[in-house]
Amino acid sequence: MATVLDSKKACAVNPLKMSQPLGACYAFLGLSNTMPMMHGSQGCTSFGLVLLVRHFKEAIPMQTTAMNEVSTILGGMDNIEQAVLNIKKRANPALIAIASTGLTETKGDDVDGYLRLIRAKHGETLAGTEIVYVSTPDYVGAFQDGWAAAIKALIAAFVTPAETRVAGRIGVLPGAHLTPADLEEVRELIECFGLDAVLVPDLSRSLDGHIPEDFTPTTLGGATLDDIRGLAACEHVIAIGEQMRGAVERLAAIGVPCTLFDRLTGLTATDALVALLMRLSGKPAPARLKRQRGQLQDAMLNGHFHLGGKRVAIGAEPDLLFALSSLIAEMGGEVVAAVTTTHSPLLARVPTTEVLVGDLEDLEMRAVGCDLLITHAHGRQAATRLGIPLFRAGIPQFDRIGTAHQLSVGYRGTRDLIFQLANIFMAHMHAHGPEDWPLPAEAVAAAQGQPAAGCGCASSCSSVSDEVVIPIIPA
Amino acid sequence: MDARVSAKIQSVFEEPACEHNQNKDEKARKKGCTKQLSPGAAAGGCAFDGAKIALQPIADVAHLVHGPIACEGNSWDNRNSSTSGPQLYRTGFTTDIGELDVIYGGEKRLFKSIREIIEKYDPPAVFVYQTCVTALIGDDIEAVCKRAAEKFGKPVVPVNAPGFVGPKNLGNKLGAEALLDYVIGTEEPEVTTPYDINIIGEYNLAGELWQIRPLLDALGIRILSCISGDGRYHEVAQSHRAKVAMMVCSKSMINVARKMEDRYGIPFFEGSFYGIEDMSDTLRQLARLLVQQGAPADLLDRTEALIAVEEKRAWDRIAAYRPRLEGKKVLLITGGVKSWSVVAALQEAGLEVVGTSVKKSTKEDKEKIKEIMGEDAHMIDDMTPREMFKMLRDARADIMLSGGRSQFVALKAKMPWLDINQERHYAYAGYEGMVDLVREISKTLFNPVWEQVRALAPWETPALEEAC
Repeated sequence: MATVLDSKKACAVNPLKMSQPLGACYAFLGLSNTMPMMHGSQGCTSFGLVLLVRHFKEAIPMQTTAMNEVSTILGGMDNIEQAVLNIKKRANPALIAIASTGLTETKGDDVDGYLRLIRAKHGETLAGTEIVYVSTPDYVGAFQDGWAAAIKALIAAFVTPAETRVAGRIGVLPGAHLTPADLEEVRELIECFGLDAVLVPDLSRSLDGHIPEDFTPTTLGGATLDDIRGLAACEHVIAIGEQMRGAVERLAAIGVPCTLFDRLTGLTATDALVALLMRLSGKPAPARLKRQRGQLQDAMLNGHFHLGGKRVAIGAEPDLLFALSSLIAEMGGEVVAAVTTTHSPLLARVPTTEVLVGDLEDLEMRAVGCDLLITHAHGRQAATRLGIPLFRAGIPQFDRIGTAHQLSVGYRGTRDLIFQLANIFMAHMHAHGPEDWPLPAEAVAAAQGQPAAGCGCASSCSSVSDEVVIPIIPA
Repeated sequence: MDARVSAKIQSVFEEPACEHNQNKDEKARKKGCTKQLSPGAAAGGCAFDGAKIALQPIADVAHLVHGPIACEGNSWDNRNSSTSGPQLYRTGFTTDIGELDVIYGGEKRLFKSIREIIEKYDPPAVFVYQTCVTALIGDDIEAVCKRAAEKFGKPVVPVNAPGFVGPKNLGNKLGAEALLDYVIGTEEPEVTTPYDINIIGEYNLAGELWQIRPLLDALGIRILSCISGDGRYHEVAQSHRAKVAMMVCSKSMINVARKMEDRYGIPFFEGSFYGIEDMSDTLRQLARLLVQQGAPADLLDRTEALIAVEEKRAWDRIAAYRPRLEGKKVLLITGGVKSWSVVAALQEAGLEVVGTSVKKSTKEDKEKIKEIMGEDAHMIDDMTPREMFKMLRDARADIMLSGGRSQFVALKAKMPWLDINQERHYAYAGYEGMVDLVREISKTLFNPVWEQVRALAPWETPALEEAC
């Protein structure tokens, strides 16, 4: 059980955290034919957009209501109206998904009210385009909270109780910490039991880095509105990450059978999913899955030599922090420092003594003496100063390519993650030198025939008198 | 709006040294140089973004953002402005205000933050950036900075450019105003020389300043202060003792150049480091103005001699690419970089420029483009991504040179693309830079990857399709 602390500093230094509206828009990017939009100043969108472009190396469709100081004071009704009409005219998306920002929340815009008026006024013009709104003030919570709020809003807007269930259809509500590759892996796990997977949102269809046939101004793919509506008729819904509890509880409340997995990284974590899929499908695990499990066992056996006893510092959002820490602990490593962005019931269960809701300066201070730093790309300066390797996890990773395909769930994902971590340790293995194991002055004196002073460890030291004992002293 | 910000914006809009501005009537000038943004069809950063871009390259200063996490958390350490020393400008500082700060006000948190920074990092100065939310709730950053400066005995500079007052360009200028109001002229340099210059509006992206500095060093010209690339607080504070200033062509800090001329009598000229002829012109102008300001006249001859050697060296190296590049078609979509100065170098390498953007070009620039490219020069005012995609797909161009925004339009059309905007990682300034640019174009155009990615998939091959 970890103690959860809040940083006492007034000034955040080297932020780990990103804002809620960006998390919400990231979720909207996993919806097909959609235009995400922040209701705020144009900079709110611009910063978020640049961050995601640099992480995914993809064009990111994201719009802004371009609020200025006058429209902020007077209220953003006109800006939202113009924005919605402009987007409809230029991109004609199936969905316009709006997230509020600190600016418009401070003013207190009633966006739900605005949207009712806009719908009433422009019903015909806007036919064929849905609009959804989620409240995500910048000064509350963090990225994964915005993601969770967005999915809750989508379910509230589009999901109504279903009369019948579609046999074999499995809904998936993934957390913000999963990559497009992770989602693809989850889909394959479900499909290999002959079941159908419907992911909401589905970044593995939009931000997986594919080349579309033609230019499109909206998202390149993802879950459709029918996929969202269809969640109610799923035979079972799987949610991944504690952050998805609120969303999945909404489905459970309308009678959908649901299971929440706190993580899918690790052997036993994946076993739990496979067991559920076996029950749901009534089928045995396919042979290739059994082989994958064997490969993971072997990876764990080979990897434990390198991860065992290693001291690791991790800075990540709660669900990612929990998944990574758990795996490190299961491999015999020690999570010495854990810093996160926002509160979650999961934090108390992170296998470490203390979890701090703080920033990368906090992590850097706590990581002194560690063997590895795990956080997003902004940890690069800290890792350099600490003189230890950095393993990049989470968003943003602007100084790497292929981030969409970083895989860490399921048997295969866990196997590959272990290899990557172990290889970092192997690459940075400390080569011993002749000065690494010096004798203490006491032993040297003894060897030179000088009278020994009591060393305090009476029995073991004095019993071996005819041999030279070389104690190993940690550096 | 804060009356002080409002007055600043008006004064920035009335900039007398801006040609754009002088061509407008009274009413249009009042409106300022910023088009009203269109909600749902807007792109680009806010005023805060602009102010940060302008000032953050000052490398030894702690840049503290007063606002919610979005403003700094979503954007820090994301510029490619290089430093030759201190790394503090790459540290992200923010008050990261929460709900309670919004209700009770964030001034106390801001003051404590400044204290923490000074105690832990001891920078020569702290710059405090205002943002939308803290402006809206009425936090008085000027007052907090004044109090903190007195209390801690260190310059604490308020940068009042909250995002919602306008776009990035306006923020550049508001950031520059903070330097004029609080920094420039507050310290005296230990020594001065007749060869001291300021470079204004140069951000040392990808280290471009270092493609220029050897030329200046060779002539004995000293950069007293570069505002703000690879800058230092004390250098900026002492910059009022320069003899001459060069304003880099993007005009982003025209107000600094003009006001320093008014206040300290430092003459300035508008120059560019992009393109060979531009680089030579810039050196000539620098030498001429320095001599006019009292530097020994032999500087003029030495400058001409250097230009002759360097120009020949550059043209020779560029001409070497001609056999490879002859007849290849380039689409040039630029923002800040002056199109025509790059066009000349591309033509020398044998490339055919099939179109160039003129979105930010002046009337004079457009004339110059016609002069270089001919009367029927294809000038593009504003191209939508869809049109760009089509133009590339239809192979009316072999390569596109543009900013990062249109990168994926080209790549998804499986067309070569080269980044020439501010996020780029290659330096293209001076004589060296132009040679590098042509080399990069050649490298990109002849990469075998284009053939690979355009090859048909097995299931697109007619013979195979029939067989299956």
